[in-house]
Amino acid sequence: MKPIISIIDYKMGNLFSVQCALNYVGIKSIITDDAELIKKTDGIILPGVGAFSEAMKRIKQKKLENIIKEFNDKKKTILGICLGMQLLFEKSFENNETQGLSLLSGEVIKFNQQKDKNSFNVGWREISINKNLKHESTLLSEKKNTSMYFIHSYFVSPKNENIVSSKSEFEKEIFTSSIKSDNILGFQFHPEKSATEGIEIYKRLKKNLEKSKNENLL
Amino acid sequence: MYLRLIPKLDIKNENLVKGIHLEGLRVLGNPREFALKYYEEGADEIIYHDVVASLYKRNNISKLIEKTSENIFIPLLAGGGITNLAEVEKILKSGADRIFINTAAIDNLKFINEIVRNYGSSTIVLSVEVLKINNKYLCRKDFGREETNIELVSWIKEAENLGVGEVLVTSIDTDGTGLGFDLKIGELLSKNIYIPFILNGGFSKLSHFSDVLNSCSPAGFAIGSMLHYSYMSKINLINSKIDGNTNFLKKNIKYSNFNSITISDIKNHISKKFNYKFRN
Repeated sequence: MKPIISIIDYKMGNLFSVQCALNYVGIKSIITDDAELIKKTDGIILPGVGAFSEAMKRIKQKKLENIIKEFNDKKKTILGICLGMQLLFEKSFENNETQGLSLLSGEVIKFNQQKDKNSFNVGWREISINKNLKHESTLLSEKKNTSMYFIHSYFVSPKNENIVSSKSEFEKEIFTSSIKSDNILGFQFHPEKSATEGIEIYKRLKKNLEKSKNENLL
Repeated sequence: MYLRLIPKLDIKNENLVKGIHLEGLRVLGNPREFALKYYEEGADEIIYHDVVASLYKRNNISKLIEKTSENIFIPLLAGGGITNLAEVEKILKSGADRIFINTAAIDNLKFINEIVRNYGSSTIVLSVEVLKINNKYLCRKDFGREETNIELVSWIKEAENLGVGEVLVTSIDTDGTGLGFDLKIGELLSKNIYIPFILNGGFSKLSHFSDVLNSCSPAGFAIGSMLHYSYMSKINLINSKIDGNTNFLKKNIKYSNFNSITISDIKNHISKKFNYKFRN
């Protein structure tokens, strides 16, 4: 049986691109906010659209917090992209302070240099990878100087430095651009918008999903 | 510093078109085939502009965006004739990452607020089409058809205050001419606004890019004619459904203002002379 992944629907913005990338590499997916449907799938993607508080509101309204925690307890894949990665942490200071899913310790903060409310990090940036983590598990390329597409004004500051799988720089400020903690993966950039190198990440994800699906069946 | 090279594809009735001074639109082919080629050749982002949407009061590019998202994995900025939040949502749902507005922003400032509130500053780009009249840079609506008294710099500053995250500036005077971008506009923007800006109109030679970078610091270049005419012969048009002003296509002639220059030619030229980087 092929693994199926749930893309959590916060009812706004571009989720379709994530699904297109999954289709492209051959991962089956559904876009949904239905807890019963999500339960039957093999992993969760928290996509990166909208504001932190709105996304949390939606997750609570649809009572998805428990199902996400259940996935975590069972060590099923949870992948957060951009805002989706930020939601995995304890709290964010975007607009008003908002509690997150708290699967990981740390908080979501704004770039120092941004004096103006509508400036943000947009465009391609290099990621420097943490060589202590295995690239098969972080899904990142071993290549040097890989660039990814970013669009955000907040970033995560994890308590545990060991989960940081790559860092990047914006206006001389170094920030966490991806994380990997056991079954949890997070990317501040958008792999589905990062051309070939981004698609490679989804290909590695497919491999890992298939492997863990087979292990669970044994 | 990273710089973005952004092919800009003007769309009319499902075809890729290109004019001069935003007028006399020639049909050049199927936009998806051009977009795919540009993606493979290293474009950093793609712009889709429905150029008749504002005039006909309807936006029709969602289907094209959906199809594009299936095999093109770089950011997509789309716009043309967007007048309400439902249309914004539809375009984002189809796979665009950001939208741009021009006419609707001029007609209704509150619309900028609404988009910023619902989707954040990072989702909205202000498009400005500017024509130089008596040494003043004045903005136009409806793809250059309607004049206004709105002055370039003060308009962008106002939009900046309302939360717009980036601005795409098209010089109508240089658009499609291949004569190079109007450097004065770049200087004005560098001096007066703080949000990132993308410059569009007039590029045909490598030196046009260095001229701009010597006088200001744009976040990116939007490029139309230069790339379209360079890549036309490399794109397979057999499966394209094409109607409209196809005379140019049928004659199979070369447009003399434009020599064949590739995306990597531009990237190499810029990264050799300046401290800018591009995606790998």
